[in-house]
Amino acid sequence: MGIIEAKDLVHEYYRRDEEGNVESIETAVDHVDLSVQPGQFISILGHNGSGKSTLAKHINALLLPTEGTLLVDGKDTSVAANELSIRRNAGMVFQNPDNQIIASVVEEDVGFGPENIGVPTEEIWQRVEKALKSVGMWEYRTHSPNRLSGGQKQRVAIAGVMAMEPKCIILDEPTAMLDPDGRKEVIKTAHELNKKKGVTIILITHYMEEVVDSDYVYVMEKGAVVMQGSPREIFSQVDALKKYRLDVPQVTLLADELRKAGMNIPAGILTREELLEALCR
Amino acid sequence: MLKDITLGQYYPVDSVIHRLDPRVKLFGTLIYIICLFVSDHVAGFALMTALLAGVIFLSKVPFSYMVRGLKAILLLLVIAGAFNLFLTPGEAAFTLWKISVTRQGIRSALLMIFRMVYLIIGTSIMTLTTTPNQLTDGLEKSLSVLNYIHVPVHEIAMMMSIALRFIPILIEETDKIMKAQMARGADFEKRGLINKAKAMVPLLVPLFVSAFRRANDLALAMEARCYHGGEGRTKMKPLHYRRVDGVAYLLILLALVASIVVAVLF
Repeated sequence: MGIIEAKDLVHEYYRRDEEGNVESIETAVDHVDLSVQPGQFISILGHNGSGKSTLAKHINALLLPTEGTLLVDGKDTSVAANELSIRRNAGMVFQNPDNQIIASVVEEDVGFGPENIGVPTEEIWQRVEKALKSVGMWEYRTHSPNRLSGGQKQRVAIAGVMAMEPKCIILDEPTAMLDPDGRKEVIKTAHELNKKKGVTIILITHYMEEVVDSDYVYVMEKGAVVMQGSPREIFSQVDALKKYRLDVPQVTLLADELRKAGMNIPAGILTREELLEALCR
Repeated sequence: MLKDITLGQYYPVDSVIHRLDPRVKLFGTLIYIICLFVSDHVAGFALMTALLAGVIFLSKVPFSYMVRGLKAILLLLVIAGAFNLFLTPGEAAFTLWKISVTRQGIRSALLMIFRMVYLIIGTSIMTLTTTPNQLTDGLEKSLSVLNYIHVPVHEIAMMMSIALRFIPILIEETDKIMKAQMARGADFEKRGLINKAKAMVPLLVPLFVSAFRRANDLALAMEARCYHGGEGRTKMKPLHYRRVDGVAYLLILLALVASIVVAVLF
């Protein structure tokens, strides 16, 4: 069984008027089935308002399903007693780096999670060291987060989650507020953690370039999963992706146009190198 | 421009006073204030001066840093001094025009000024030698007895440290909003109190909105990292007393006894 198993997951937001009567119901997550195996790197793609962040918050038990079930590491998120152990096993990194750093010194922020789950003092220090080294921020341990760049702050936030030694990390649009360099930095860190530490990663994003190296991709639209498959399978359906308002990477677009024009190029080109190889053949 | 404001006034050098446990310093400051109000004689002044000079010397903080705090209360000092000087009834020392200055007036004005000046200098030693984080830690630990009467000490300390973390961020944000408003023709340099207050409105409203949004995000992030109040929480940097702290406690108590003795004798 997978580390995350969602069956028929539904989440509805109720919009209420001043008297508390339900005005309208918005289905943010619409009968989603999801299965993630330990050690995988999963991406969830979707445009704004596609329900991908709502789905992410379910995995951390910040939101509870209206219908259906969600098991994280075999534990049902809707059972209140499981809450802490689920949050411990499924760490979450959010979009805005400034709003998720709690302490005014880097190392203290990384220690915040372990402090909360009652890790003894000496072990906190060991974990903080390990976590900061794993994201390459050890030299900055005594710095104030205010002096770091966006990408560095986001790496500190990832270290803060790593220090709780989770089995999986959910990155909820971690790069949306970063510059291109910061984006690369964060995605690289996520891949390294996945490969070296075997942490399951769930990356939520609307940048298609970032999902190229994932093991499996889900595409969401209006709360439902509309496409799923390996990156190559997804990227080969350029027209469908455009329909879901996703920015297909330029290389893939170019390859697709060339193929339509009659050139012998395989579908689902992911990188520039692949296109080059296909063209030179 | 707003970025230049330094928070707290911590002066980073390595000294005995800096290394003391924050709880000792809090306790010491409290006792110091008591001592100040106990002594009302030249001998008492002399004792307090000697103590203060000793601590300032040990703290390695330049004396000019401590005097800076006095500028803010200069006006208060003058007014309070004048009131004491002219309005205390008693035996007249000399008369200026129609107002007479009494002996008691001179005495209480001097006493008052002495106490206020020493109060500011003494307490600024604490803030100059303790980081804001240490201070909140110290407060949390030394006020933890209040837990028994259901005062949420941990939560208050947590709020204080989060506030400290967000002050620079909010200052930066104010700066940004100000520039955005200025780009659209807002004038923040108008004279007059009412005009200044009016100019603050378009600044404060967006600032508050964004502060609430940040608070919401932060609460979510804290929950996601298993924060569930002070219960079962361990500390990454727990406070530990060392021998030097014990000695400091002893000296502080000695100072208290000495100042009481001096006050009784003279």
